[in-house]
Amino acid sequence: MATSPRPNAITRRRTRELVVGAALLVVLALLPLPIAGTYLRGLMVLTLLYAGLAQGWNILGGYCGQISLGHALYFGIGAYTSTLLYTRLGIPPTLGLFAGAALGALAALAVGWPCFRLSGHYYAIATLVVGLMVLLLVQNWGFVNAAMGITIPFRTESWVQLQFRVAVLPFYYVMLGYAAIAWIVAWVVEGSRWGYIWRAVKDDVAAARSLAVRVFPSKMAAAAISGAIVGAGGALYAQYVGFIDPDSVLGLSLSVLIALPAVVGGVGTLWGPLLGAAVLIPVQQLSVAWLGSSGNGVDLMIYGALIMGLALARPQGLVSLFGVRSQAGGEVVDDA
Amino acid sequence: MTPDPILRICNVSKTFGTVAANVDVSFDVGRGEILGLIGPNGAGKSSLFNAIAGAETPDAGEILLEGKRISGLGAVACTRAGIGRTFQVVRSFDSMTVLENVMVGAFARHARTRPAMAQALEVIAFCGLVPRADVPAHALTPPEKRRLEVARALATQPSVLLLDEMLTGLTPTEAQAGMRLVRDVRARGITVLMVEHVMEVLLPLIDRAVVLHLGRKLAEGSPAEVVRNPDVIRAYLGDRYVA
Repeated sequence: MATSPRPNAITRRRTRELVVGAALLVVLALLPLPIAGTYLRGLMVLTLLYAGLAQGWNILGGYCGQISLGHALYFGIGAYTSTLLYTRLGIPPTLGLFAGAALGALAALAVGWPCFRLSGHYYAIATLVVGLMVLLLVQNWGFVNAAMGITIPFRTESWVQLQFRVAVLPFYYVMLGYAAIAWIVAWVVEGSRWGYIWRAVKDDVAAARSLAVRVFPSKMAAAAISGAIVGAGGALYAQYVGFIDPDSVLGLSLSVLIALPAVVGGVGTLWGPLLGAAVLIPVQQLSVAWLGSSGNGVDLMIYGALIMGLALARPQGLVSLFGVRSQAGGEVVDDA
Repeated sequence: MTPDPILRICNVSKTFGTVAANVDVSFDVGRGEILGLIGPNGAGKSSLFNAIAGAETPDAGEILLEGKRISGLGAVACTRAGIGRTFQVVRSFDSMTVLENVMVGAFARHARTRPAMAQALEVIAFCGLVPRADVPAHALTPPEKRRLEVARALATQPSVLLLDEMLTGLTPTEAQAGMRLVRDVRARGITVLMVEHVMEVLLPLIDRAVVLHLGRKLAEGSPAEVVRNPDVIRAYLGDRYVA
């Protein structure tokens, strides 16, 4: 029996994550310099947005194991909140995004209150239904222009207003900041009491309770953080695109797109959402660009085939390619 | 009867549908003792065990820890009050390492990660799991998983530890190691209540036994008294073995 405990396996892993994260941030900050094309930069903006969104989804769906198919709801609430505050009251989106995050968190709590009493598939289905209900309501709600959507008028070039004549490069850095903050939040909570409790709840509720884990409040906490991150993302998206309507910010396909990078990259892992977004979003966008999205659906077939292939080849997610410990029963490979 | 009871089971009854799992069961658990709760399958051991751990609420009667009622408060409150438990069918958190599993238990008493980790490491060393600390729980051998359950429960700093068939299904060598661990736990000042249906495993280890049969308390006393009790022999072996 070994005599000296190895108290720092977890600490060492977390330090390594910070170093890699910082290095990655530097690389990503420099990346647009050689890549000049507006199209490619736009692709990178979306990739970073989805990396942040998926990181938010992963807090609830990954660490806590509550698979949500309704996260577009929080995204849409964030988008509509900051947009309405800006267009109706002139409140700058840099403030509006916090209001969007707060309302996103509140909405996630409101959904969680009844739905966390359900488990497994029933929870996922409930979130799906709630999302579709709100989509229908907003499509018919005159106050927010119903299905017509809202166009955000261009007023002045300003970082405070998040408005730019050429939006792609500034928004690259906005979304980089967003993805970085989402990553940092995930890193912090993963190492905190919540991170441990959530994974315990995901693995075995009865055992968690026997260790004094209060299951319902822990799910609510995960939901609030998750909803806030996704709500903030919705606000940023609205400013970037300059137009929102119910289908684009509250649709079911968006809910799936928010969840997929985390699922493909590695559920309940720190790097999974980032990795998943880096693979999925370019593939999705490029297949639309090359094959057209004029309704023939070939892009979706390719996209679907890719996801199926990944799920078969790497059920633990893409992170398992790197020897990173994955949640769903992988091995510790990289621990020297 | 017991001079300094830490845990008192008072007239506990519990019915599931038409099955009476516990009928008016009463006994005391003395501070610092190792008490065996034994009985054939279906005697009501697990039901009583779950009532003490807070996973079930008795229909009647109450359970007192240090004189305070804990029955009916739920598992979380019972753990906070000082009851630790293991599960008969091991319930490890399989996506987490051994250290992380035990840290979940330590977070019952610590809000911050650093003290929780320090405590988890201490308990892991106590349970002899140091070489396995960074291994995912699903990769442990069955006896190691039992140890992990004990370590996780100890991390919640219980005053009473409930062990549910911890020695069942182990090889003699493994069972010996398990018994040493139970004695070490008691040496920490923790009262131990063990449920087993295999009597011979338990008898050398326990100070006292309570025998349940068909939901009722059949006998109570030292291991030597209990095995000589005609009612106990009848319950386990049938009428014709009664001397």
